[in-house]
Amino acid sequence: MKENILSFVSGAIFAVGLGIGGMLEPARVVGFLDFFGTWDPTLAFVMAGGLAVNVFAYHVLTKKREVPAFSTRFHLPSRRDLTLRLVLGSAIFGVGWALAGYCPGPAITTVATTTLDAFAFVGAMAVGMVTWSLFENWQSSASS
Amino acid sequence: MQLAEFDFISALFGGALLGLSAAILMFFNGRIAGVSGVFGQMLVGREIPWRASWIGGLLVGGFASIAVAPELFGAPVQQSFVLLLLAGFLVGLGTRIGSGCTSGHGICGLARFSLRSLVATLSFIGAGAITVVVARSIGWLP
Repeated sequence: MKENILSFVSGAIFAVGLGIGGMLEPARVVGFLDFFGTWDPTLAFVMAGGLAVNVFAYHVLTKKREVPAFSTRFHLPSRRDLTLRLVLGSAIFGVGWALAGYCPGPAITTVATTTLDAFAFVGAMAVGMVTWSLFENWQSSASS
Repeated sequence: MQLAEFDFISALFGGALLGLSAAILMFFNGRIAGVSGVFGQMLVGREIPWRASWIGGLLVGGFASIAVAPELFGAPVQQSFVLLLLAGFLVGLGTRIGSGCTSGHGICGLARFSLRSLVATLSFIGAGAITVVVARSIGWLP
């Protein structure tokens, strides 16, 4: 229960941070990617602010602990290898991100506007996510 | 290159809140605040309660923002409904293939000094920058 409450609080802070940081304005996000036109540096400052806080929190506070405060272990990725999958997947994401100016966080937060565009984008995003999960399941059952 | 008008203090402060959100989730729950991971794993039924709570927090934060400051939500850029759907699909597919998005790689992974997250972040920003140029030239973006 404590875990879910903290989770909820973290999600709500995330949404407010996106709003204050201007990340719910797709024009700013596309503007950040527009290096060859009129560049909008907002996203770079958002990332800098996020990293400043999180680098401190992770390396100074969290890393000192054996286990998280409300949970039994830290769930961190164990992979270290650089793969084609990582690069190509991220590039596919980048193409979609630039075409609409929404990455997953702002897209889900914008569902609160109850506009057709927001529902359509998140719906299509969910389809894309589940498609990959189904493909992975099929792949692992085919190889076993 | 020209610079757009922007407010770096709001951007830094908003970003700091994203960092705080990620720090809370890792410190207390041991979880990465990566939206594509949380949402994508929730959709396929893995450990739904904490994930649904986090997504619920995002939505409630969204509703609160509309009540207090609706101007924070900017107008959509993509005018074609078909391209909007394509964009959403690619964002969903690509973030799952690439194991993360702007939050998971860009804020959480980079803060842990992960090389994989650095490569992913450079890849999606690079692909995004090329896409803006190409999409403008063929009329897919205004």
